[in-house]
Amino acid sequence: MSALNPRIAWFSGETRKAIASEAVSILEEIGIFVENDEALSLLDGAGAGIDATDGMVKIPSSLVEKALETAPSRVMVYDRYGEVAMDLGGDRVHFNPGSAALRIYDYERGKARTPETDDLVRFATLIDALPNYAAQSTGVIAGDVPEEIGDRYRLYIALLNSTKPVVTGTFKVDAFRVMHEMLATVAGDADRLRERPIAIFDCCPSPPLKWSDLTAQALIDAARTGLPAELVSMPLTGATSPVTLAGAVTQHCAENLSGIVIHQLACPGAPIIYGGSPACFDMRKGTTPMGAVETMMIDGAYAEIGKHLGIPTHAYMALSDSKLVDYQAGMESAMGATIAALSGVNNVSGPGMLDFESCQSLEKLVLDHEICGMALRLSSGIALRDDPIALPLIREGLAKKEFLSLPHTAKWYRKEAYFPDEIIDRATLEEWESKGGRDAANRAAERVKNLLSGYTPEPLDGAVSAHLKELMEREAKRTGMERLPELA
Amino acid sequence: MDEFLKSCAQSIIDGDGDVAETLAKQAVDDGAPLIDVIEKGFAAGIREVGRLWGEGEMFLPELVMGAEAMKRAMAILEPSIAGSGGLKEAAGRVVIGTIEGDIHDIGKTLVATMLSANGFEITDLGADVPAGRFVDEAEEKRADCIAISALLTTTMNGQKKVIEELENRSIRGQVKVMVGGAPCNDEWAKEIGADGYAGDAVAAVALARSLVD
Repeated sequence: MSALNPRIAWFSGETRKAIASEAVSILEEIGIFVENDEALSLLDGAGAGIDATDGMVKIPSSLVEKALETAPSRVMVYDRYGEVAMDLGGDRVHFNPGSAALRIYDYERGKARTPETDDLVRFATLIDALPNYAAQSTGVIAGDVPEEIGDRYRLYIALLNSTKPVVTGTFKVDAFRVMHEMLATVAGDADRLRERPIAIFDCCPSPPLKWSDLTAQALIDAARTGLPAELVSMPLTGATSPVTLAGAVTQHCAENLSGIVIHQLACPGAPIIYGGSPACFDMRKGTTPMGAVETMMIDGAYAEIGKHLGIPTHAYMALSDSKLVDYQAGMESAMGATIAALSGVNNVSGPGMLDFESCQSLEKLVLDHEICGMALRLSSGIALRDDPIALPLIREGLAKKEFLSLPHTAKWYRKEAYFPDEIIDRATLEEWESKGGRDAANRAAERVKNLLSGYTPEPLDGAVSAHLKELMEREAKRTGMERLPELA
Repeated sequence: MDEFLKSCAQSIIDGDGDVAETLAKQAVDDGAPLIDVIEKGFAAGIREVGRLWGEGEMFLPELVMGAEAMKRAMAILEPSIAGSGGLKEAAGRVVIGTIEGDIHDIGKTLVATMLSANGFEITDLGADVPAGRFVDEAEEKRADCIAISALLTTTMNGQKKVIEELENRSIRGQVKVMVGGAPCNDEWAKEIGADGYAGDAVAAVALARSLVD
């Protein structure tokens, strides 16, 4: 007798094979654009040269097969102290907030604005405090430091304010070296960082089938330093990929496979994640709705292909296109988190995010945390704890005329149910009214305040944080910024 | 003749490039008044497409197919008009592109397609275009207007650089500048001294017309 973890099946085994095999044909017959010299020379050295007629790199299927053999099926990511924080592979689900928002929703003012250093600190602190988030993301871009060092600065703030690993990425090619040095400083040194990586680097190919200089370099740099690379392929149906969902999944597979090939050529066996941020392109508005159910279907379906290929998976889900924390925001985020959990996506990025991945909200971050808690609970399924399942318990309960006082109840009730924070209203009408009759966003705003005033992340070792500061100040000076913004 | 003009318009509304091309050839072969064929036929069709899109009746694929059909008809009609010494001139010359650092191409291409379908002569520089290159091309093509797209708040400052470059070369007065893209709005256009902002491809056509007139 055993219970199943609930899972969505998207394709038959035969279709999964057909999609992967067509993706391999796309790379062999059409090829990819590569704008990075190092990637080109790696590919060329392995027998995938540039086709003189169309300038595209044709990748033989043998290269894809070899890359899939060397790429690991399990990727571990660690916290500041070297403890496992994410065990990516199988159907294990982890959540982290959506990354790289240009705006933050200011609840008091009722509108989005440009984030500043204090917002980054609050964002990192909240993620550190909330247990259903397995990792930090460098989710907000600070408007009070120069754009050229925005990528380094957001990592700096995350490392100072949290022990959790960080999902991050570069905006400029030269940023990787500095970010790697910051991470190595926290981990101890470059070798320890390679052994127990504390960050994941997002690498985004441009649809269709193109690797820009920046993203190809990020992929190679990540491979060589042993930091897990996360492929973020983003076909837009009918705009930058075929309009069919199956067509988008197939193009996504080809883009991911090409990334895995470049990455494994740079360093065979280096950790890599099969991921993306596709969208069902909106033909009315010309936008990229992350909250469209079809977007989530593409995500769940490609995760199944990633599993078929034996690579850990990632998707941008549990986020919303709404411009504020409202019904739509909750609906889309919950639907995404649910589908992600039921698809067994290993790393789900998205919580907190509004407005097509462009606006973070602290209030939404704490509300989404409860969505993630419920989604994680859902994905673990219904446990069979007793055999027989109920008969003796019912006999016992009948004798006592209730089940509350049963030792069996006390033993299991906390394991059977996830207890959300009280921002999720389960009170009686009377209690709800007596506490001001407030809506979820309002309750969340109060929780944000309480968490921020009552929680202090474990501080970094003094020498380590001094070294990070030195690195960051050096970067800032290079852009002409003499002093970094004060940290509260 | 009215029936013929109606079917020209309808071919654009249907987004049927094959029919549009056949009708255009027929007009040339029959020696029909081509300016009328364009203005009262095909162009009436593309205006109707724009209207239907504005009202939410049509979505982007129908809009783009209408514009593509329009381009195919015009490709046949234009040489014949030029050959006959006709009066048809481009509605204006526009240099268009997505600003440096920004690889978002779709919105810009849509605007270029709609402008072209509405009789503008378009030089599409693609995406990730440095400010200087907009100005170089505008000078070379003697453009009436530069259209700059930016999809990121981190790249929209580049739109301002194009205007500064025009000022540096003392030719700001000779060319209009229109901006578009997700983070832009009227306020932003004013702030950087652009001549206008358009929120979508149909609005961009109306704006370009008003700027060039």
